[in-house]
Amino acid sequence: MYEFEFETPATVADAVAALQGDEAQALGGGQTLLPTMKQRLASPSRLVSLSGIAEMSGVSADAGTVSIGGATTHGAVAAGAGAYPALADLAGHIGDPAVRNRGTIGGSLANNDPSADYPAAALASGATIVTNAREIAADDFFDGMFGTALNEGEIITRVNFPVPEAANYQKFLQPASRFALVGVFVARTSDGVRVAVTGASETGVHRWSEAEAALSANFSASALEGLAVDADGMISDLHGSGAYRAHLVAVLTKRAVMAAG
Amino acid sequence: MSKIHVTTSVNGDAVEFLCDPRETLLDVLRDRLGLTGAKEGCGTGDCGACTITLDGRVVCSCLVLGAEAEGREVGTIEGIANGEELHPLQRKFIEHAALQCGICTPGILVATKALLEKNPDPTETEVRYWLAGNLCRCTGYDKIIRAVMDTAAELRSESKELS
Repeated sequence: MYEFEFETPATVADAVAALQGDEAQALGGGQTLLPTMKQRLASPSRLVSLSGIAEMSGVSADAGTVSIGGATTHGAVAAGAGAYPALADLAGHIGDPAVRNRGTIGGSLANNDPSADYPAAALASGATIVTNAREIAADDFFDGMFGTALNEGEIITRVNFPVPEAANYQKFLQPASRFALVGVFVARTSDGVRVAVTGASETGVHRWSEAEAALSANFSASALEGLAVDADGMISDLHGSGAYRAHLVAVLTKRAVMAAG
Repeated sequence: MSKIHVTTSVNGDAVEFLCDPRETLLDVLRDRLGLTGAKEGCGTGDCGACTITLDGRVVCSCLVLGAEAEGREVGTIEGIANGEELHPLQRKFIEHAALQCGICTPGILVATKALLEKNPDPTETEVRYWLAGNLCRCTGYDKIIRAVMDTAAELRSESKELS
């Protein structure tokens, strides 16, 4: 790692102040950022830890919304988000226990890894990403692989998930990394069905609108018969070709619908 | 770069140290506190050889900064045995020959001790999933799993006798 200063603010306001300046970087659980710094692919001159900010930690449920502080670990979401079972289940299957005890929801969403689990949950649920400056709808938040609508120094303080009538997340594990080779999150609400796909597209997490239309008319796996995803633009690597990933999208969407009931 | 003063507890003992911001908790444990049980395998959170507990929860100490240990409770492999008396997991690992080169063993013992404290009666599948982040290149895992299942059974029968 290159040299850096380490700051541990106790409030969001102090963290925002500490993040002013060109080369300051927020630190969530460090499960991606610290390896990246060790590889010298990132070299912030100041690291601002968000883990000591009490107002950014914890899960609460109220009036059909589950609200999660940005610095809440995956393990705490798995244990505390029982009001949204599909979300708690997703959090409980991220990585391994050590990752779940450190990694945070804000860190995962801000990083927007194209194979991460949380972006699919946020996009399918129509979550609202709350920052120190504004509220961003999930539809406007994700901006391609590792890209988001966040400005420099902007912090995800909270994520609000409206709880759907029915929902399920199906992940086809890449067994070594435990990231999603492909993951599909299906959420049914009174306004229709949303389907978000992670791990598949070269443009990162995205919605599958044809499946959404079919499922909004008829929420059953049979409604998806004949629907296929184009293999063009799918991630292709040693773990799976683009065609394989495209195939998995359709299979996992059906499984998610069946499991959601 | 000035050093950071950190006050923490390691295996129940109050500990203070000075560290560079760049030092991981693993670096601090090994190089400043002389606790060399936790190993550095990959240094990127993939192998689990550096597994310790932070406030009772398993973490990769290579992905925690030393400065982040401030005010937390750190638990390492050195705190598992009771003096000369091995922890039942350590005894069963020897009995089942659940190790060969031994690099992964401290991490696996720390991780499985945390599992058995949380879930005294895990299924084999639960043990295997719990150890997803602890790689072993020698044993093929079977002996490790058998040792953990056997320890869990022994601890359950002991707690039944006590109650």
